[in-house]
Amino acid sequence: MISPPVLPSNEIVFALCVVSILLVPFVGVGLTLINTGLGRSRSAGHSMMASLCVMAIAALVYFVCGFAWQGFPGIPAHVLIAGGKSWDWIAAQPFFLRKLNLDGSAASLAVWLQMMSVGIAALIPLGSGGDRWRLRAICFSTAILAGWTYPVFAHWVWGGGWLAQLGVNSGMAHGFLDAGGSSTIHVVGGLTALSIAWILGPRRGKYSSNGMPSAIPGHNVTYVLAGCLFALTGWIGLNSAGAFLFTGVEGRRIILIAINTIIAAASAGLTAALVTRVRFTKPDASLTANGWIGGLVASSAACALLQPAEMMIVGIIAGALVTFSVEWFEFGLRVDDPGGAVSVHAIAGIWGLLALGLLARFPDNQSGQWLAQVIGVATLLGFVLPTAYALNWLLDRFHPQRVGIEGERQGMDLHELGAEAYPEFITHTEEYLPH
Amino acid sequence: MKIAGFLLLFTGWILVLVALAILPASSSRTGFILAGIAVEILGLVLAARTHRILPEDQG
Repeated sequence: MISPPVLPSNEIVFALCVVSILLVPFVGVGLTLINTGLGRSRSAGHSMMASLCVMAIAALVYFVCGFAWQGFPGIPAHVLIAGGKSWDWIAAQPFFLRKLNLDGSAASLAVWLQMMSVGIAALIPLGSGGDRWRLRAICFSTAILAGWTYPVFAHWVWGGGWLAQLGVNSGMAHGFLDAGGSSTIHVVGGLTALSIAWILGPRRGKYSSNGMPSAIPGHNVTYVLAGCLFALTGWIGLNSAGAFLFTGVEGRRIILIAINTIIAAASAGLTAALVTRVRFTKPDASLTANGWIGGLVASSAACALLQPAEMMIVGIIAGALVTFSVEWFEFGLRVDDPGGAVSVHAIAGIWGLLALGLLARFPDNQSGQWLAQVIGVATLLGFVLPTAYALNWLLDRFHPQRVGIEGERQGMDLHELGAEAYPEFITHTEEYLPH
Repeated sequence: MKIAGFLLLFTGWILVLVALAILPASSSRTGFILAGIAVEILGLVLAARTHRILPEDQG
């Protein structure tokens, strides 16, 4: 049996860690409500069902093989020797969590947290593939994410891998840092969401023949806004647990982490409301919700490292960035992303990672943190995006991911589940009528 | 062209890795890393442009 490499420093930290992890499922609740609310009413039941399947498959696949690839600092791993230094690239663990004591060690707490974090990462693409992504394809795609893409990158950041070693091996301050999962959870999920949106293509009726997008508003804004509040609760737990387990901060930092998380969400949400109020004369509820979540995503990387005033700046920039980015993807790049998943998770996450490099100060005054963060972002773009795209493209060759035209017309609820979420509603079909 | 975009993304990342492995800490290493990121941005632009689909292309 492997002895735990790092034990939580004392009973208080252990208790705080457990309580924090217990809050994490609320992030999943929040994202599920947001994805469902921003989709069409005729796909609402399908969206909720898909979220449940995603959480289940992600947890099981992570249990079977995910942790075997991800590992934890101090646990045996495969290394490559390059330039006279050893670079840790993947964990060397048996499948099914064998050889791991589930006894309250830091590694066992990390497994518990990761079984939900990987589900959160896998929920993100549901936002971009809404109203047209088949349930079976969602399940296969989730298995790919939870079984390979996520654990490999998470090993590099949280498992003592080569990105975490950049400080020791390359003299870049503390190496790539991400306490709460801006990169491992959100950018990985957001870039997978971009791959899915590209592979599926836009919903029928979304773009006219000259490429102009038509508005397909979300069917239930109350779900979306309630989801934001659930997400905030869960995010405090996610950021705290991640900071304790992966950056080793002391227990009293939980206050700073919670305050930073709230400030980032509040400043980003209000910025998005203000920007849309100025641009469209009235605040836009769905973009405000996107801004709110974007602030939470951006807060994760440096939640334990920045002062609240600095985190407010991070939140304000995240809120504005998400608002403009959603429009840019829709109008400029013709990416049909009903939930704004790419902007909220990938763009805001990258901003959070870079903000850590720019704003965080360390007692030892080591330089080079910004370069480590830039290399982490380069890895996300150069490894995670092509990998997610290639694996989902291959899946699409063998098992088409997009529902047929009849399924889109009927709605995913009737077509895939045989029953509607709101049977008393009228189905709107005007986008299928000839113009 | 879609494949070319992703190949450029991957190649840019390999440049970053090579810079880390073979160059000592210096401004040339930083320059090499930033050059790799520039290649990635080129790949991202190419990938994004090749995915701008009009409804008639969708079938």
